[in-house]
This record gives sequence, structure tokens and C-alpha cells, in this order.
Amino acid sequence: MSEFFAQAITSFVATFGFGIIFHIPRKLLVQCGFIGMLGWMAYWAIVFFYHNEVLAALSGSFLVAVISQLFARVYKSPVIIFSVAGIIPLVPGGAAYNAMRHFVENDYYVAVSLAAKVCLISGSIAMGLMFSEVINQLIFRAHARKKGLNKV
Amino acid sequence: MTYISVEKTYDIMEICILAGSIMLQNGAETHRVEDTMTRIATAYGVKDSDCFVTPTGIILSLEGEEPTKTKLNRIIERTTNLEKVVRVNDISRRISTGTVGMNEAYHLLKDVEDEKCTYSDLFQVMAAAIASGCFLIMFDGVWRDFIPAFIAGGLGFLCSLYFHKVLQIKFFAEVSAAFVIGVIAFLAVSTGFGSEVDKIIIGSVMPLVPGLLITNAVRDLMAGHLVSGISKGAEAILTATAIGSGIAVAFLVF
Repeated sequence: MSEFFAQAITSFVATFGFGIIFHIPRKLLVQCGFIGMLGWMAYWAIVFFYHNEVLAALSGSFLVAVISQLFARVYKSPVIIFSVAGIIPLVPGGAAYNAMRHFVENDYYVAVSLAAKVCLISGSIAMGLMFSEVINQLIFRAHARKKGLNKV
Repeated sequence: MTYISVEKTYDIMEICILAGSIMLQNGAETHRVEDTMTRIATAYGVKDSDCFVTPTGIILSLEGEEPTKTKLNRIIERTTNLEKVVRVNDISRRISTGTVGMNEAYHLLKDVEDEKCTYSDLFQVMAAAIASGCFLIMFDGVWRDFIPAFIAGGLGFLCSLYFHKVLQIKFFAEVSAAFVIGVIAFLAVSTGFGSEVDKIIIGSVMPLVPGLLITNAVRDLMAGHLVSGISKGAEAILTATAIGSGIAVAFLVF
């Protein structure tokens, strides 16, 4: 249980810090930290229970993107503000580092398999973002048609 | 069909290009830049406009009374400053609702362009240091390594900022920052101050990792912006190689 809280707090603080590096406006930093925390906890829970990092990255980024689009409407800001910082914890930095390290140590077999994993994970992050965008557009279009609006 | 005058077309073009280049220089996505420029042009009465945006340049053409006007704008420096993206987005929203005149819009955009960063360098370095420490814990590190990761992450980020300002070569700045991180991690472990070299390095390298670029590259590719996607991907691979080789040099030294 203490592990759970440690993960939640550190992911919040790390995303908050990234918000500062990316110059996200002061009043939106807490929201960014919150999104980063949710995305990471989803990732962490799936890795913990199912041991599947690609699936975990996919669901984490999907969650991040859905909430980002919700927040973008609520706070009238571009989606990228919220999604960028939230995605950062999911990025396969550790696997990329390990791949590089094995390349340097002439251990190419392990290095290539790790590099393939990096590609899969970053691809699945992008897929998560895409899915949420598609769903968002479908919902919004249906909503606009109901109201008889043409303007998106 | 009524056309707008030549002078007005040029003014509209200036505003569109200014808004687009601020957004592109500060990390907005390709389709958002295109969308914003088209919206501004439409709001000022241009019937037909077309733009082509890549990470290194913008081409915009507007139909007016005379033959089509086209302008090219080169983008050399790219950073991530999302505050400016938000500000330009607000201005373009106000332009779309018709509450801001052309003169006022131009001055507002100029103000955003000349604005200094919201957070000071020191503040950013502190944020990077704390984030590095937190990443260490997230990647199953032990709390004992928090301080070494904090120091390595902060100094590494400081190096990348400083070398980038002095030399203007992004690749070299990243190599040296990664090298500094590697050296600090090794020193921390060899003096018994830290315990796991790998975890310390992974945590403190995170502020330099091109995660945003990789994700944006794949997204652009899927959205059909092939040129932007491939060039962003190339930039991401270059950055990743820089970080990797910096760490590799540190490995070789120790």
C-alpha cells in the first residue's frame, strides 16, 4: 500500500516538474500533475497485474488523452498542454537506455529486442492518443448534429 | 465574388505567418498550426487560403484580388514553451469571434513573441532535479538513490541549457549533458553514496529524453503529415543517439 502512495505522489511531482520545463501556464500545472498521476497509475496497475507493458502504455496514454480533451474543453486551452506532460512518465526511457547500454557492450541480440520493445511501446502510446481523438470526434460530431450546428 | 484589397491581403498574411511561426517555434503540433492560420485568414474575410507547415518552415498562400499571394517563413529555433502556444490560441479565438481588429491582433502577437520565459532557468533546473528523483522511485529505484539522481538530473539539465546557449548545437549539448549524468552516477556509486548505477542514470536522463518528439512524430505520420512526421522522428532519433553516446562515453571512461 505504501508502494501505491509512493508511486502516486512521485508521478504527480514528476509530471508537475515536467510542466515547469515545458513552460505550462502556472494555473494549469496542478491539472497536468493530476493527469500524469492518473496515466501512470493505470500503467503501473496493468504492469503489476498483467505484466504487459505495451498494453499498459496503450491504456495509460488513452486515459491521459481522454482526460486531456475533457480538461481542454473545461479550461479552454489546447489539448497538447495537458497531454504532453501526462505522456512523459509512460515514455519508455528505461528500455531505451537499456537497449543503448547493450549496444555499447556489443550485446546486439538483447539490444535489438529491447529496441523493438521501445518501438512497440512508443507506437502504442501514439495509438492510445489516436483512439481517444477518434472517439472524441465521433462524440462531438454526434453532439453537433443533434444541435444542428455545423461549426466544429 | 468580392475580393479584399491587396494591402489588406498582405496584412492578413503577416498576422497569419506571425501566429503560425510563434506556435511552431514553441512546440505546437503541425495540424494545430495549420488550423489556427486558416481560421485567422477566414475570420478576416479571405475566401480561400492554403498552408503547408513542416517543423522547419511555413508556406502560406492567400487568394485575393490580384494573383495568389504566397509567403515562405523559415523556422530555425525550436523550443518547448507551451505558455506562448496558449496565448496565441487565445488571441486566435478572439480573432475568430471578431472582437480584435487587425492592428491590435498584430501588436498582441508581437507582445507574445517578445515575451520572456515564465519560469527562470534556476527554477527549471530545480524542477528537472526533483522530477529526476521522482522518476527514480517510479522506475523501482530505492529511496537511498534519490539524492544522487536529484544532483545528476539537475546538473545534467543545467549543462544542456548552458551548452545550448553557448554553442547553439543541440546534439553536442545533449551529449555533454548525458556524459555529466553518467559521470555523476558512477562517482555516486563508487563512493558508496548511491547503490544502483542504471536506475540513477535512467531517472536523471528523463528530462532530456525526446518523449514528446517520438509521440508527436508517430501522431503526425498517422494523421497524414508525412514530412513533419519523418523530420520529427529524425530529430527524436538524433537526440536519443546523443543521450546514448554521452552515457556510452561515460561507460568507457569508468
